[in-house]
Amino acid sequence: MSLWQRCLPAPLLSVVLLVLWLLLARSTSAGQIVLGLAISVIVPILTAKLMPQNVRIARAGLAIRYGIRVLGEVVLSNLAVARGVLGGAAQRPSAGFVSIPLDLRDPVGLTVLAMVTTIVPGTVWSEIAADRSTLLLHVWDIGEEREFVSRFKTHYEQPLREIFE
Amino acid sequence: MSMPLVWIELIVAGLLVVSGLLVLVAAIGFVRLQDFFLRMHPPALAYTLGSWCVAIAAALYFSYLEGRLALHPLLIPVVLAITVPVTTVLLARVSLFRQRAADADRSVATTVQPRTVTDADRHSG
Repeated sequence: MSLWQRCLPAPLLSVVLLVLWLLLARSTSAGQIVLGLAISVIVPILTAKLMPQNVRIARAGLAIRYGIRVLGEVVLSNLAVARGVLGGAAQRPSAGFVSIPLDLRDPVGLTVLAMVTTIVPGTVWSEIAADRSTLLLHVWDIGEEREFVSRFKTHYEQPLREIFE
Repeated sequence: MSMPLVWIELIVAGLLVVSGLLVLVAAIGFVRLQDFFLRMHPPALAYTLGSWCVAIAAALYFSYLEGRLALHPLLIPVVLAITVPVTTVLLARVSLFRQRAADADRSVATTVQPRTVTDADRHSG
C-alpha cells in the first residue's frame, strides 16, 4: 500500500466530506477550507476498517444519467402511490411480492440498488438471498410480472453493473 | 436581485403546500391501507418529494433573504435518502420474519389441534 493510499484511503469520500463541510459552514474562507480538509483526511482513515471495499465508479457519465432516471421515477412513483391511496378500492393497484433473479454481485452496487428501491415509493426492498442471487421486492403496482422484472433488470440493475463492476 | 420578493414568496408557498399535501396523503395511506407491506409505500412520499419541496423552499427563501447562497437545507433530503433505507429494510425484514413465524404457528394449529379436538369430542361423545 503506497503512502498516498494510506493517507487517502477513500478519495471519493474525502471529496464528499469536504463539500459537506463547506455547505454546512456556508463559507469558503481559508479557515473553513483548512478545517474541512483536515476532517476529510482524518475521517476516512478512521473509518477505513469499516468499509468492505473501496467505492470505484467506472462510468461517471452513466452514474449521473442513472441518478436523473431515478429522480424521474421517484416523481412518477410518488404520483402513482398518491393516486392509489386517494382513489377508491377500484383503483387499488395489484400490489404484492416479486422475486427478482439478480446478476449484480458487487456489494456497493447492491447497496445503491437497495437505496434506489427504497427511495422510489412504488417499491420496497424486502429481502435478499444469502448468496445474493435473488431479491424479494414488495411492489405497489406490479402489472404484468414478467414485464416488471425485465424492466427492473434493464432499467435499475444493468446500469449499476456497468457503473460498479 | 432582479426578482421581487412576492414571486419568491409565491414559489416558496407553493412548494410548502405541495409538501404538506404529500405528507397528508402519506398519513391517509397509513389509515386506509390494510396490509403492513402496503403501508410501507406511502411514507416514501414524505421523505422523497415531500422533504425535497421543503428543502428547496428553505434554500430559495433564505438565499434570497440573506443575499447569499443557503444550500445547506438541501443536505436534509440527501441524508434522509441515505439513512431511511436502513430502517425501511430492517422493518421489512422483521415483518417478513414475523409473518413466517405466524404461518408456521398456523400450519401447526391446522394440522395438530383439530385432530386432538375431534379425538376429544369422540371420546366424550
